[in-house]
Amino acid sequence: MKLVLKKTASLIITLFIVSLLAFLAFQIIPGDPTTKILGTNASAQKAEALREQLGLNRPVTERYLDWLVSFLQGDFGTSYSYLRPVSSLLADKLPVTALLTLLSFALTALLSIPLGIASGSMRSQAADHLAVITDQIIMAIPPFFFGIISCYVFGVVLKWFLPGNYIPLSENAAGCMGYLLLPALSLALPRIAMTVRMLRGSIRDELTENYVLTAKSRGLSRREILLRHVLRNAMIPVVTFLAVSAAEIMTGTIIIEQVFTIPGIGRLLVSSIGNRDYPVVQAIVVLLAAWIMIVNFLADLVNHWMDPRLRS
Amino acid sequence: MKNPTKKKKNRYLLTGGILSGFMTALIVCGFFWTPYSTTAMNAREKLQPPSWRHLLGTDNFGRDVFSRVMQGAGTSFLIAVMVVVIGCAAGILIGSLCGYYGGIADLILMRICDTITAFPAILLSLVIISIAGSSESNIVLALGILFIPSFARVVRTQYAGIRDLNYIKAARLEGVRTPRILYAHILPNTLPILIPALTIGFNNAILAEASMSFLGIGIQPPKASLGSMLKDSQNYLASAPWYVLGTGFMMVVLILAFSLLSEGIQQSTT
Amino acid sequence: MKKRIAVLLSLSAALCAPGLVPGTTSVMADETENASSGRTELVVGLSQDLDNSLDPYQITAAGTREVLFNVFEGLVKPDTDGNFVDAVASSHSISEDGLTYTFTLRDGVKFHNGETATCDDVLYSFETCAQTATNTAVVGALSGIQDITASGNDIIITLPEANSSFLSTVSSVSIVPKDYKDQATAPVGTGPFKFDSYSPQDKAVFVRNDDYYGEKAALTKVTCRIYEDANALYTALSAGTLDLAFHLTLDQVNNLSNGYEVIEGEMNLVQALYLNNGKAPFDDERVRQALCYAIDIDGILDLTEDGHGTKLGSSVYPSFTKYFDESLVDAYPYDPQKAMELLEEAGATGLEFTIKVPSNYTPHVDTANVIVEMLSAVGINAHIKKVEWSTWLNDVYQDRDFEATVIGFDAAYLSPDALLQRWVSTDSSNMINYSNKEYDAAIEKAQHTTEDEAQAAAYKEAEKILSDTAANVYIQDLADFVVLNPEFTGYAFYPLYAVDFAKIRPAG
Repeated sequence: MKLVLKKTASLIITLFIVSLLAFLAFQIIPGDPTTKILGTNASAQKAEALREQLGLNRPVTERYLDWLVSFLQGDFGTSYSYLRPVSSLLADKLPVTALLTLLSFALTALLSIPLGIASGSMRSQAADHLAVITDQIIMAIPPFFFGIISCYVFGVVLKWFLPGNYIPLSENAAGCMGYLLLPALSLALPRIAMTVRMLRGSIRDELTENYVLTAKSRGLSRREILLRHVLRNAMIPVVTFLAVSAAEIMTGTIIIEQVFTIPGIGRLLVSSIGNRDYPVVQAIVVLLAAWIMIVNFLADLVNHWMDPRLRS
Repeated sequence: MKNPTKKKKNRYLLTGGILSGFMTALIVCGFFWTPYSTTAMNAREKLQPPSWRHLLGTDNFGRDVFSRVMQGAGTSFLIAVMVVVIGCAAGILIGSLCGYYGGIADLILMRICDTITAFPAILLSLVIISIAGSSESNIVLALGILFIPSFARVVRTQYAGIRDLNYIKAARLEGVRTPRILYAHILPNTLPILIPALTIGFNNAILAEASMSFLGIGIQPPKASLGSMLKDSQNYLASAPWYVLGTGFMMVVLILAFSLLSEGIQQSTT
Repeated sequence: MKKRIAVLLSLSAALCAPGLVPGTTSVMADETENASSGRTELVVGLSQDLDNSLDPYQITAAGTREVLFNVFEGLVKPDTDGNFVDAVASSHSISEDGLTYTFTLRDGVKFHNGETATCDDVLYSFETCAQTATNTAVVGALSGIQDITASGNDIIITLPEANSSFLSTVSSVSIVPKDYKDQATAPVGTGPFKFDSYSPQDKAVFVRNDDYYGEKAALTKVTCRIYEDANALYTALSAGTLDLAFHLTLDQVNNLSNGYEVIEGEMNLVQALYLNNGKAPFDDERVRQALCYAIDIDGILDLTEDGHGTKLGSSVYPSFTKYFDESLVDAYPYDPQKAMELLEEAGATGLEFTIKVPSNYTPHVDTANVIVEMLSAVGINAHIKKVEWSTWLNDVYQDRDFEATVIGFDAAYLSPDALLQRWVSTDSSNMINYSNKEYDAAIEKAQHTTEDEAQAAAYKEAEKILSDTAANVYIQDLADFVVLNPEFTGYAFYPLYAVDFAKIRPAG
């Protein structure tokens, strides 16, 4: 319990630092947001009035606290280029990215664990080599390359889906999931390969431990040893790794959304960076950072709960 | 028990070594010589399929894809090398001091490193580029800085473990100066861990650069990198698949080569 | 009193955006869909996002204007031949002296919000447009109106002096409901299609206006999907996701293999390597001329379009038959030797500069690539910087922070002013900071000349000045390749940047 409190406190402090950095980073950039909104021809009075309205004339600390408070209340400011609240932009796009991340993570977890166990307990040398080679190759394929190829093969040639025709979840849930399947798989593949490799290694390591020999000598079957004893320990590093994957998948969507034309926050982030639309960039960065840190935090807790050595 | 794995080790090292040696040779060669000019355009040679003249065919401006892939891989390679050098040099400096001396500075620095490593490189480099503007040197700098923590961590752990060993204590007693202890006595012992970290970092840098160029905020024409070529070639997937496949294949092989190599090194030293 | 024809600056940085018309929301590629020929929903692909504001007076991008062409109308509007036909007005007449225009309001024209258009709305529209429009050419033209009044169902506009191109100005004033405040996000006009919804970076939906006074559109719904990325759009097209896409390149069209009908027309753009005349080294005429000699336009056409496309020579494209000056096309024949001499003379050898180009417009990016290669032959080291479309609008168009750019300018309405006014030295949309007194005078003269021939001559003189001073490296009016799902027919080209959804109908 004490540890949970400690970790929570450290999470909150880190989040606070990240929000401060995200805020300050975009303050030091040269350029005046009023020219972005009003254009270069605006009169000085108009610009001044807008500065006043946006609160740009107040000290930085005051602005930061204001920004933080409204941020926590869900008010992320107004986009310079879309002239609408950032929260309304994100309300459209965030669920799409979240869904894609979730789907991809589910694929990673559901496919990699059985594959990893199979590969870790495999006894045929030839099959093992084949598995290792396949694994290495898949790890080396960048998700966007796989995405391009699968758009072409499954979209243009086989016509299993229509690239560029994203179907909103509200319109047709099955269609939406169908559309997201390939992008999710593109993101998941290298993660699956890495997880399999890790699980395989960790099962092999565990199998050489003394307690396995003891169990064997007590007449337990290999299968029983594997599932009841080895796996529990072997999974510990894998859980942490999967958590990191959840974070990386979320950022991976930035690119994969472009390949499959999915209207998520990735596209919004990239174009907002191009437009120097900082309220949008700020909001996305802080939200992504929060997501990453919370996932890591949860992984820590799970890890702790699974690993008796850490508990004592 | 160890025998079957021993055999595999060599295989990783061998395949990885040959592949990465070959790729490096090809890339270094590309800095000085390519079969065709990488920029000269020719309307009559547009989108030619692979042949003996053009091993990977030609692109939509009639440029030889193989020559461009050589050069593009070179750009990616150079960026990755510089990123790793920056990350590794700064990482060794920070990691060695933190690990050797410990204390409150160590605590704070490692906490910062933890926070940075928690973020995927691509996200942070996008933010840095959005502030500093997109140019080749900014990409190198952004990625380089982001790669520091991972090296610092690895190095610090090593130093913290080695600093209390007897031979270091002995060196201290003999009056060997600290920089010498840090970099002549301890550093060589961290290599078995550092070298695989280098190759993994190298691969991550290749991927990060490719992703950024693919998003259009990396390398700009007429210069090419594997990422920007992949982006350009996408339009011609149906009519000139060799363009996409040639570029993508090069990237996959490059990454594969170095990850096999790192795997091999890791196994042969543990 | 002088009649100042205001020049609207329709600066539409027009780009050739490939747009596609989307058909039904889910054009599933299965056979059942084909069986029920007579689909009335179209899916279009756009290669750029719409402007931030959809208010007809605030539009800057041609890509937005060509789509909203279906939503907004003026008292009159252009047809496919460039003539003006009555729209919100049921008839119009011009007094013999050319000073008084009388427009009779059409009975029962309904806005998309259900209200009936009145003379008050018309007066409001003219006033609001004159005060708020971002298009300087339009604002200028409207400021030349002496008087505008309503009498019964008639709108009477009085000019201080005759102006043969005044109808084109009238056509550019979209009639909107008085005091309606939400044009920016929920535009309301009188056109054959109603705005339904818009989601940034995703799609814009238009539905048929069933209360349209004229012939109602055959299509019931048009979904414009936004790609912002040429590759994504092209992949969607290859897979049959889209029913209509426009502004494609020849390479793209040649590589499509799934039975689209390909229609070739002209893009109606002035594509050029636009040079920032206000910034060294391009403030030196000799450097600009050197670039003109160093760039082989035929070579560009061959490399990017197999020779399609029409060479220009100045800031007017050939659809303006009366004003296009063919003799300027070859003013700068390809001559790298001469280019190098000029550079040396100007002390600009080893010149290095950056071309900013919007990444979503393949034809412009391709052209920029070829230019860079050609310039390297005369020792000029040019770099390309691909930027997002909205970044281009901000940095290059609005802030003029660039050295060179490849883009196409369209005419927002059918007057040479729409293309030429912007280079007047005081014009607020003079992106290239062009400043030439003779040019200003020539345009001024053209705008105040009422006699047709003399006016055309004055415009041509202005065009020649642009060419002589090498204001920009003029390249081409691109060939416009449109692909249409064969289930539909009726795509029509206009002499300006417009896509008319109302003419498209199910085939057969």
